[in-house]
Amino acid sequence: MADNGFISLEKVEKVFEVRRKTGFLRRERREVRAVDSLSFAVARGEMVGYIGPNGAGKSTTIKMLTGILTPSAGRLRVAGIDPSRERRRLAHRIGVVFGQRTTLWWDLPLIDSYRLAHRMYRIPDARYRENLDRCVELLELGALLDVPVRQLSLGQRMRGDIAAALLHDPEVLYLDEPTIGLDVVSKAKVRGFLRELNAERGTTVLLTTHDLQDIEQLCSRVMVIDHGRLVYDGPLAGLHEAGESERTLVVDLERELPPVEVPSARVVRVEGPRQWLAFPAGQSAAPLVAYLAAEYPLVDLSVREPDIEAVIAKMYAEKAVS
Amino acid sequence: MGETGTGRVREGVRAYLMIAGMWIRSTMAYRASFVMTTFGNFSATLLDFVGIMLMFSRVDVLGGWSLPEVAFLYGLSGTAFGLADLVIGSMERLGRRVRDGTLDTLLVRPAPVLAQVAADQFALRRLGRVVQGLLVLTWAVARLDIDWTPLKLLLMPVMVVSGCGIFCAVFVAGAAFQFLASDASEVQNAFTYGGTTLLQYPPTVFAKELVRGVTFVLPLAFVNWLPATYVLGRPYPLGLPQWLAFAPPLVAAGCCALAGLAWRAGLRSYRSTGS
Repeated sequence: MADNGFISLEKVEKVFEVRRKTGFLRRERREVRAVDSLSFAVARGEMVGYIGPNGAGKSTTIKMLTGILTPSAGRLRVAGIDPSRERRRLAHRIGVVFGQRTTLWWDLPLIDSYRLAHRMYRIPDARYRENLDRCVELLELGALLDVPVRQLSLGQRMRGDIAAALLHDPEVLYLDEPTIGLDVVSKAKVRGFLRELNAERGTTVLLTTHDLQDIEQLCSRVMVIDHGRLVYDGPLAGLHEAGESERTLVVDLERELPPVEVPSARVVRVEGPRQWLAFPAGQSAAPLVAYLAAEYPLVDLSVREPDIEAVIAKMYAEKAVS
Repeated sequence: MGETGTGRVREGVRAYLMIAGMWIRSTMAYRASFVMTTFGNFSATLLDFVGIMLMFSRVDVLGGWSLPEVAFLYGLSGTAFGLADLVIGSMERLGRRVRDGTLDTLLVRPAPVLAQVAADQFALRRLGRVVQGLLVLTWAVARLDIDWTPLKLLLMPVMVVSGCGIFCAVFVAGAAFQFLASDASEVQNAFTYGGTTLLQYPPTVFAKELVRGVTFVLPLAFVNWLPATYVLGRPYPLGLPQWLAFAPPLVAAGCCALAGLAWRAGLRSYRSTGS
């Protein structure tokens, strides 16, 4: 049996039956295909971004990969284990962080949650201490260990949750929206830690996110799912091309002017002295800025990244046409 | 799954104790609140029995049973239910976990889900009900003139433990049902809290059909009615053979096995539907 990846899915399907009230006692049954013939493989040590709009099938995939849900059809393996059949054996080899739901003990000091993991996962003492020290240092948890979890900020709690998922040396780490709601500093800390974890330990990381910067800074590969199907699998740059996405340059001029004229960019909006210019996401903003600065009375400017939903929406619009 | 049944049970008990311990420590974070709710719980259950005593200030017998005899039933059912409620009473919260999705966080841990759910929100304050049940039982035994034999003495602890097992089975089956209908905790309460209230009164005050149902369908009668009538030397209303007084352990084992199957079916359904 040749497994072509550390995580591998072959034609995996997940069909839910949804019952909907249509009358006083009448109910309508409808099948919803949350994941439809999904196949992909992730090699050991890869760091992959798994993105898609809400309801696209992301969480359903993660739930099947963690053994929470049983697939309706297809073959699925993580580290050689069939997740739904050997849920508890798999649990020792994976770490899971649900961005919105903490697994930490609310009323107890942070360290207590780690002690529970130590015993529940039967982590050897030396290993536990080593991993804990490492997480405490890199995630800056030292001052927080004796603080009850309910008193931690969102960013602190997320860091705490990530540490809790890593004490038992998982080979795979699933992160569901790990930076959602975090401030800039916390985001940077979390990203830095994940990069190092992946580089030094070779931990395979699969992360879902709405934040394109997470992907940009962490993942060499991105998979896009929509309507339960994989619609893109490759580098992030390629996604921009495939979606023909555009970045936006917002310029503040000294005074109100007619729309500026710049090669390879077009003005999409004008509001007083402020103008919005769209240009291809794959292209550098530097020549554009240089040109504007030379030709126009420029006061300030900023670049806005395209958001993931827009990129995917556009990809879809184009597919529908062709 | 390449794991023996006893190994699984041992794993479950181990996880249960760890999680219950964490909940005890969590409640100790609010010590004053713990003391007050424990005292409150104890007083509330005490008042519960006062209600029965008040009733007996008007009548001398209820369905042919005296106050100490009713107290005997009350104490047995209260203790058995109290123990079950202490050990796995929070399982009724499963529906909430299903609805808000936090059940998933339990499913990614290397411990049996049943043990984790059973230990969820473990509350030591529930000891209040057990203590009250034992007090009433002690009072009843002291007031009653029971013709003790070794067999009757042995039956006392067996009754309490089996009764606890039967109530545990009802809790587990109720929780399993919540996988299908996540807002069904009230249905479960009808069987658990309702069941224990029913058992506090002598079977003679109820209609035959109800007694039959509680004996043969949902066998709560084996918690106290059947064995207690034997200890008190009274006839059981349905005219059943006397040896059935010793059936509670078997009935409890059967109930637990069925509840276990229901739990597995419920969890399987959750894992295939995710809701």
